[in-house]
Amino acid sequence: MYVAVKGGEAAISNAHRLLADRRRGDRSLPAIGIEQIVAQLGLAVDRVMAEASLYDRSLAALAVRQARGDMIEAIFILRAYRTTLPRFGYSRPVETGAMLVERRVSATYKDLPGGQLLGPTFDYTHRLLDPSLLNDEAVDTPLERDEASEPVMRVSDILAGEGLVEDDGDMPDGHVAGDITREPLEFPMARDLRLQALARGDEGFLLALGYSTQRGYARTHPFVGEVRIGEVEVELDMPELGFAVSLGRVQITECQMIAQFKGSAKNPPQFTRGYGLVFGQSERKAMAMSLVDRALRAEEFGEDIVAPAQDEEFVISHSDNVQATGFVEHLKLPHYVDFQAELDLVRRMRREYEAAQNTDTDLPEAAE
Amino acid sequence: MTLDTLAFSGGFQEPVFQAQAVFRTLMDCMARPGTIGAIAATVTPPKPLTPAAGAIALTLCDHDTTVWLTPALAASALPGWLAFNAGAVLADERQNARFAFIEKGAMLPNFCLFAQGTQEYPDLSTTLVVEIEAFEGGRPLVLKGPGIRTQEEIAPVGLPDMFPQFWAENRQKFPRGVDLILVAGDKIICLPRTTVISVKEA
Amino acid sequence: MSTADMSSAELATYNFAYLDEQTKRMIRRAILKAIAIPGYQVPFASREMPMPYGWGTGGVQVTAAILGPQDVLKVIDQGADDTTNAVSIRAFFQKVANVAVTTKTREATIIQTRHRIPEEKLTEGQTLVYQVPIPEPLRFLEPRETETRKMHALEEYGLMHVKLYEDIARNGHIATTYAYPVKVEGRYVMDPSPTPKFDNPKMHMSEALQLFGAGREKRIYAVPPYTEVVSLDFEDHPFEIQSFDKPCALCGAENVYLDEVVLDDKGGRMFVCSDTDHCEDRCAHGHRGHLAYNKEAAE
Repeated sequence: MYVAVKGGEAAISNAHRLLADRRRGDRSLPAIGIEQIVAQLGLAVDRVMAEASLYDRSLAALAVRQARGDMIEAIFILRAYRTTLPRFGYSRPVETGAMLVERRVSATYKDLPGGQLLGPTFDYTHRLLDPSLLNDEAVDTPLERDEASEPVMRVSDILAGEGLVEDDGDMPDGHVAGDITREPLEFPMARDLRLQALARGDEGFLLALGYSTQRGYARTHPFVGEVRIGEVEVELDMPELGFAVSLGRVQITECQMIAQFKGSAKNPPQFTRGYGLVFGQSERKAMAMSLVDRALRAEEFGEDIVAPAQDEEFVISHSDNVQATGFVEHLKLPHYVDFQAELDLVRRMRREYEAAQNTDTDLPEAAE
Repeated sequence: MTLDTLAFSGGFQEPVFQAQAVFRTLMDCMARPGTIGAIAATVTPPKPLTPAAGAIALTLCDHDTTVWLTPALAASALPGWLAFNAGAVLADERQNARFAFIEKGAMLPNFCLFAQGTQEYPDLSTTLVVEIEAFEGGRPLVLKGPGIRTQEEIAPVGLPDMFPQFWAENRQKFPRGVDLILVAGDKIICLPRTTVISVKEA
Repeated sequence: MSTADMSSAELATYNFAYLDEQTKRMIRRAILKAIAIPGYQVPFASREMPMPYGWGTGGVQVTAAILGPQDVLKVIDQGADDTTNAVSIRAFFQKVANVAVTTKTREATIIQTRHRIPEEKLTEGQTLVYQVPIPEPLRFLEPRETETRKMHALEEYGLMHVKLYEDIARNGHIATTYAYPVKVEGRYVMDPSPTPKFDNPKMHMSEALQLFGAGREKRIYAVPPYTEVVSLDFEDHPFEIQSFDKPCALCGAENVYLDEVVLDDKGGRMFVCSDTDHCEDRCAHGHRGHLAYNKEAAE
């Protein structure tokens, strides 16, 4: 006697109810507020904004809460929202040279105009669990510069002044920047599209690839020209008005990696660049991105393509964690129809195999 | 009405559902070449384009598509109407057009002058929307190919005598080639590049 | 936006069938080109959907782009209307398009499917929308899109025949049992999606329009009605479909695809229709398999 399993609808609804319960957790504790997430889990919020390609701290925090702290799930939720938003236009390129920096470090110069500015960094903290955080102990107010901060010169501009580094992102005349969220990906890609894909790429994946280039898989001898974090103005051209209007400020992290020099009969020897730009404060991601960007420019510089980090189709096809998690996790969906097809074939082949074995073993016996 | 006001009126009243209905007719007709579909058009494009062709334009064109117009259409208020209602931009050349519109009585250029797509990306070819007089009463043409069980017959009025030859050349380039949407009044017939057309022997 | 300004209504607005009109137009253009070039994979700018990539986002986008208020939608996964992902996708369209739904194959105007083609013959006016994970039939032989695109352009399908023939040499059989490659209208080699090869013959000269959507891989392709769809094979190893020793245990149907159900831990098995609507319909018309009869007797 067999009764087919029914009731998928009820099962789904009950599962979601249980999920909501687990998300809320112990009701005797206060619920965590969106403002608290924005304020106290700011770097989680930043990562969600960066990989969802949507700059909105409140919505990103809501996604973090809704996802119970699962970052990729939160990124996915925010992406799915982003895709429904109408598009009014494309902003002008942000001017990172005009950034009001909160942090700015360079590995290539001891000192430079604007100075080295550590900012709110984990660097040089000793990674010892801090018992004072167990209780909500008072935190000192930070010390800040007295003078109003002024834009500081980019390190790459210092080198460019001497002509010692390649120009910043040369594209052919008349090139219109593409949009990977509106056009299907095609390979090979132009660098603007590649950078867009890397900017929303998975931090862990890019970190591992960047790391691999340091270990000899497409080594590019990189130096951190500069990492800077701060706010930049986003402006939109208004053809009706004839000038650009400001839409507000966003916090970004920019990394200019200065890499191995190149020269040719036509061009004098000069350093090359890898570029990373990410929403919010995410130095690890911006640095990894700049390493991978540089590695992916192998063909442009006539370098041998020998390592995964240099393989554009490989890197870009697998850098998106929303795609990756969807496809890996889809394996848990029912596949019993396909499996039945395989089962049927394996059984048939087994029967044939056993039949053949029996004939083989029968023969020597008969000879004895 | 002036050219300017013409450009800002006459779009879909219910864009979501009307565009869906027009698209389904297009899809069904493209999947079944020779089948006559009806466009319940409610748009009023500037003359000389007809409402049915105008409805097709608003269903398929937007700022991601370039559109080629015949000299007469380009000189009408149509470019402004397309820009306002669809955001569509005019193609400078036939070769760069995703869509082309040809009004009734205008000369039908040879299909090879339009974008053919490439061997790698044959989808990057022009879809032509061609207005003709009628689907009955002309020289009978026999259609065969995907979407057709055995054969279909149409007798369009208003296509040039050279049409079967133009089409045969287009068919030969497969998978490259243009696709055709014929419009007569509020009726349409679609001819994808796969359709084989022969002139019916008397 | 501060959370104070954020209202739930503001977050929950979406267009009919979820996609915005610009996206629908883009998908519709791709569908028309796909129909015009049967079996060719048209690239499209797939959108993020509110369900994961790999879970039917391609099929969902195609359905959303063609769906209208007059349609009747059926969604199946593994042939069944009540598998959880089918339930979820059906509920999605009920919510965002308020569309009529059915489990009856013959009542549906649009059938979205994962891994099966219904047993009942589809008719003119119906559209079958397949969810496709990997649209490229050559992908397992050549991972690079740049290379496989060239192979399609040059109609170079030798590699696929070599692979199938290697199977025969090694196993005595073509070891592909699902997602079995087909040639469409004598030109493009196409992946029929991971349907069992049992379903391949149903694609040939089908009266229904067949649309394929691969969201993560950003491809749409199509087989128009009355189009040749031929499974690849060899003269000495002709294509053949799976056959089952017994009829369906519930409705007694023969020549249908069956699921194996494990009944106990002592090797007990039964085989029942994978197409649940077909099975229920037969049962309603008085057909009985050997286990269904017992069940009634027990009640």
